[in-house]
Amino acid sequence: MSIATEPGGGNGGSSWINDPKTRSIVFQVALVVLFVALVAWLANNTMTNMARLGTRLSYSYLGENAGYPISPALIEYSVSASSYGRALVVGLLNTLLAAGIGLVFATILGFIIGIARLSSNWLIAKIAQVYIEIFRNIPPVLQLMFWYALMRTPMPDPKNSFVFFNVAFLNKRGLYLPSLNFGDGSILILLALLVAIAVTVFLVRRARKLQAETGRRPRVIFLSLALLIGLPVIAFLAAGMPITANIPVHAGFNIGPTTGPNAVLALGPELIGIVFGLSIYTAAFIAEIVRGGIRSISHGQTEAARGLGLTNGQNLRLVTVPQAVRVIIPPLTNQYLNLTKNTSLGHFIGYADLTLVNETAMNQSQHTIEGMSIVMLIYLIISIITSILMNWFNKRVALVER
Amino acid sequence: MSDTMSSPSYIQTVRLEPQAAPTATSGAIGWMRKNLFSSVLNAVLTVLAIALIVVVVIPLYNFVIGNAVLVGASGQACTTAAAGAHVGACWPFVTNRFWNFIYSTYPEAERWRVNLYFLLEIATFVWLLVPRIGGKGWALLNLLVVFPLLSFWLLTGGLGLTPVETSRWGGFLLTIVVATVGITASLPLGVLFALGRRSTMPVARYLSIAFIEYFRGIPLIVVLFLANIILRYFLPASWNPDTLLRALIGMSLFASAYMAEVIRGGIAAIPKGQFEGAQALGLKYWQSLAFIILPQGLKQAIPGIVNTFIAMFKDTTLVAAVAIPDLLATIISNSQSTDWLAPTVLYTGFIFAASIYWIFCFAMSRYSLWMERRLDTGHKR
Repeated sequence: MSIATEPGGGNGGSSWINDPKTRSIVFQVALVVLFVALVAWLANNTMTNMARLGTRLSYSYLGENAGYPISPALIEYSVSASSYGRALVVGLLNTLLAAGIGLVFATILGFIIGIARLSSNWLIAKIAQVYIEIFRNIPPVLQLMFWYALMRTPMPDPKNSFVFFNVAFLNKRGLYLPSLNFGDGSILILLALLVAIAVTVFLVRRARKLQAETGRRPRVIFLSLALLIGLPVIAFLAAGMPITANIPVHAGFNIGPTTGPNAVLALGPELIGIVFGLSIYTAAFIAEIVRGGIRSISHGQTEAARGLGLTNGQNLRLVTVPQAVRVIIPPLTNQYLNLTKNTSLGHFIGYADLTLVNETAMNQSQHTIEGMSIVMLIYLIISIITSILMNWFNKRVALVER
Repeated sequence: MSDTMSSPSYIQTVRLEPQAAPTATSGAIGWMRKNLFSSVLNAVLTVLAIALIVVVVIPLYNFVIGNAVLVGASGQACTTAAAGAHVGACWPFVTNRFWNFIYSTYPEAERWRVNLYFLLEIATFVWLLVPRIGGKGWALLNLLVVFPLLSFWLLTGGLGLTPVETSRWGGFLLTIVVATVGITASLPLGVLFALGRRSTMPVARYLSIAFIEYFRGIPLIVVLFLANIILRYFLPASWNPDTLLRALIGMSLFASAYMAEVIRGGIAAIPKGQFEGAQALGLKYWQSLAFIILPQGLKQAIPGIVNTFIAMFKDTTLVAAVAIPDLLATIISNSQSTDWLAPTVLYTGFIFAASIYWIFCFAMSRYSLWMERRLDTGHKR
């Protein structure tokens, strides 16, 4: 190694074998050759096996009639007419539905418990700790099955449903909530709401500017609240009350109506099971992230805020939380992604998410490679979109930093 | 000063006895005032918390102990007819089926082999995880080579032992096997891909990134289906790996991707001077890896590695999706047998399963925390 033993090497006298560049190129070429050989071998095996089994790679089955029921279906789907492709779309929407509801609940619950974990109240902090330690150490599959089972066996028949305020029904078949009918003129209310939001944003900005210039901040809260509530209400009345609610009622042995124009919102036990299970499981992780994020803000920041004369609320809002969010967001996004991927556990309780719909499609059509490739691609796209969003956010908050 | 003049009347001449601290700031009451009732909001929260505890704990106690059925030969003892309308947990289900939960259908005469395997497993991991026991290099070698070979021989048979097909494995045994294989395989593969991702060679780096991000991007259940279905196409027909092996391959690859990221983090935490020092000493790449980088990087990564183990242990429940009867699946299928038709049998099974998973995961997480504190001393700058 020390001094060149062989003359004539290009690199300061040492042999080309020891030249890191040459070595790196040789190694990489070998790696490429190996990788290509592996892929070729797998492809060759696949081709041989497919020929042996008499199957052919083809995505045309996506146009054929699927012929199995999927519930819930957010878009129109019929057993007799809809194709495999449409079935997969319905499955994807169900995945996003469960993930979307789960995200909201997990975030709310996670933040509450994470903050409770830091409470000065000993009992509250302990309860939060016990919650976290219990729920994050039990497999999510088990938790899903538990909530799903709870939605099935001990629940009453539709006839003896639990009734909440005469508008919500809970029974073996799920949770029935009122739905809203948007008649003509509903758009007016939305417009009114948008206008109210725009004006409020303007008012708040002006208040902030005035505060920066004069040191005095005009009160905008009451005016904004009046706008936000008043304008849509006025629009609602002006348009002739176009929004009506469909209240679920007992209909024979069932709660309904679940179909037709006045269908109520019916959440099946599978959806409730998966949302409950995943929210409660993920909330335990989010709570730890929130706690870590708030803890990561050094105590000096809080003391400095006090020294500047900020109140506790202002300190939280202007000093601690903006800094904590930087720490919290990346792992939080990771948890969101985990939750979205965990909706695939719907397999265990029969929730018709993308994975389960595809599973049935693969079993029926025998197009396994095609089905797997589609599902893989969709999940990868979801992850890539999430990581792009996260990188964008990270860059944004990094700019704010300094 | 006091000698020259008599003390004024307002100066105390008798020493006062020390008074007990006010009850409001000391003892149990003081503690409660400080920690439970420091403000109106806190007082309200405390009352709410107590209400929550009462609402949750009392029914739970009633179910698990109060109204539980403790003895019985079958589900008959736990029916509402035999034990009342508010029947609690059906513990005979667990006590009667306990060995089935552990070994499932592993032949009874050969169960000593499973026990021996469990002992080996404990010894291997104690050696690896308890810092006071020396020879960690040998412990790692044991984990990666000796222990897998011995376990494979013990569990599958051959070479003088009666062969036992993997289709007869199940229950807790299978959960442990799946978790262990995942852990054992993901360590070397994780190191490999972590190094690949840190490599300056673009081909190695991009291949590693592709592998890691691919497996981190799709759910484990999809990986398992993939292994179950696609592996049959990918490999020559004559190989025909059995269901368990396919799932184990899927699980290992999946775990390796996560492990790679954890180990990469551990290596990234090593100060740059260590790399430069290794180069300055004239160590070659593999030498610097083996003697400088990996010992420190892996040590730094231990908490993260253990957290990955925890996730993997919980993920073993997913193999049931490809018809492999792990602990949870075994318990559930037992609860559906006609002997155990009673309303609370399934829930009793859930509680039992949850306790087992919880004990393992909680123990690992405590170990990880403890290790984190232990490692916090020297290396952080």
